Amino acid sequence: MDKIDRTNQEKPVLSFGWVGVVEGFRRCLPIALGVFIYGLVFGVLAQQAGLSIIEALLMSGLVFAGASQFAALKLWTIIPLPTPEIILTTLIVNLRHVLMGAAVQPWFASLKPWQRYLSVFFMTDENWALTMSEFKKGKRNGAMLLGSGLALFLAWTGSTLAGRALGSVLQDPAKWGLDFAFTAVFITLLVGMWRGKSDILPWLIAAAVAIAASQLIPGNWYILLGGLAGSLAGAWRK
Amino acid sequence: MRIELQTLLTIFGMALVTYLTRVGGLWLMNRVTLSGRVERGLSNLPGAVMISIVAPALLSSGWIGLVAGLLTALVARRTGNLLLAMLTGVGCVLIYRLLTNP
Repeated sequence: MDKIDRTNQEKPVLSFGWVGVVEGFRRCLPIALGVFIYGLVFGVLAQQAGLSIIEALLMSGLVFAGASQFAALKLWTIIPLPTPEIILTTLIVNLRHVLMGAAVQPWFASLKPWQRYLSVFFMTDENWALTMSEFKKGKRNGAMLLGSGLALFLAWTGSTLAGRALGSVLQDPAKWGLDFAFTAVFITLLVGMWRGKSDILPWLIAAAVAIAASQLIPGNWYILLGGLAGSLAGAWRK
Repeated sequence: MRIELQTLLTIFGMALVTYLTRVGGLWLMNRVTLSGRVERGLSNLPGAVMISIVAPALLSSGWIGLVAGLLTALVARRTGNLLLAMLTGVGCVLIYRLLTNP
């Protein structure tokens, strides 16, 4: 992320309207296809974790953040439901949004508050990257984040519904090998997050701490402990 | 259709903290500048949490879990096709189970 002093820069003036929303929506359709597949898997796993159709749909529609929702499902099977752990894990996984929001903030300065606050609800890794690259190319479509986010939102909620329905059709998930789908989805998410050799050390430390904590500490705190250890290792390396 | 109060509150709690992370960046940049260290830490969090979920699960799933996990990662990396990657991993476990307890 650039570290230039933004106060001395000329403030970009963005447009914000339906044409921009449609343009963003259209540009994001190929990405929405990939999101649709993750959503299908999310729906199937949500059914296995015991979420009703309306609960699964509410989670996808209100939280709208895939990785954190998968992490929440992982904790969902515990009885009684570990609400504080789930909310804390969601917060930790999604803290990166703060960085993304901080990066779009100077661009959004010319938008009205409701336009900013609405747009960031639909901000995900995928359409944030798309929007930032458009801005840097000189495009001034302020509704890009919103329009592209709406495409992802429809794909994510629609596929959650479809996957949840599919989940009720499949019987005896362990026999189908679907219990492994949880691990598989986290592995594919990780492959997508991989940025190069600099990730090796933080990930190794996270794995080691998580494995040790899962043996020594009751409950599911190993997830947060490993996550925090890996993040600190990432922060402290050169 | 079943909705439990605690489930609902948990979902609302998740939604609230997630929206706060999304608007947080808009508020933050007006006041402070993030140091490079904080940036690196925050951007490393999701991957580290995902690894922390996967590593103990893989370790307890035996050698078939490790093999299936490796295959999933390999297919995802090579093809970029996440559905194919997941089907490979799940299929690998399924075939193993069919062979070992018919």
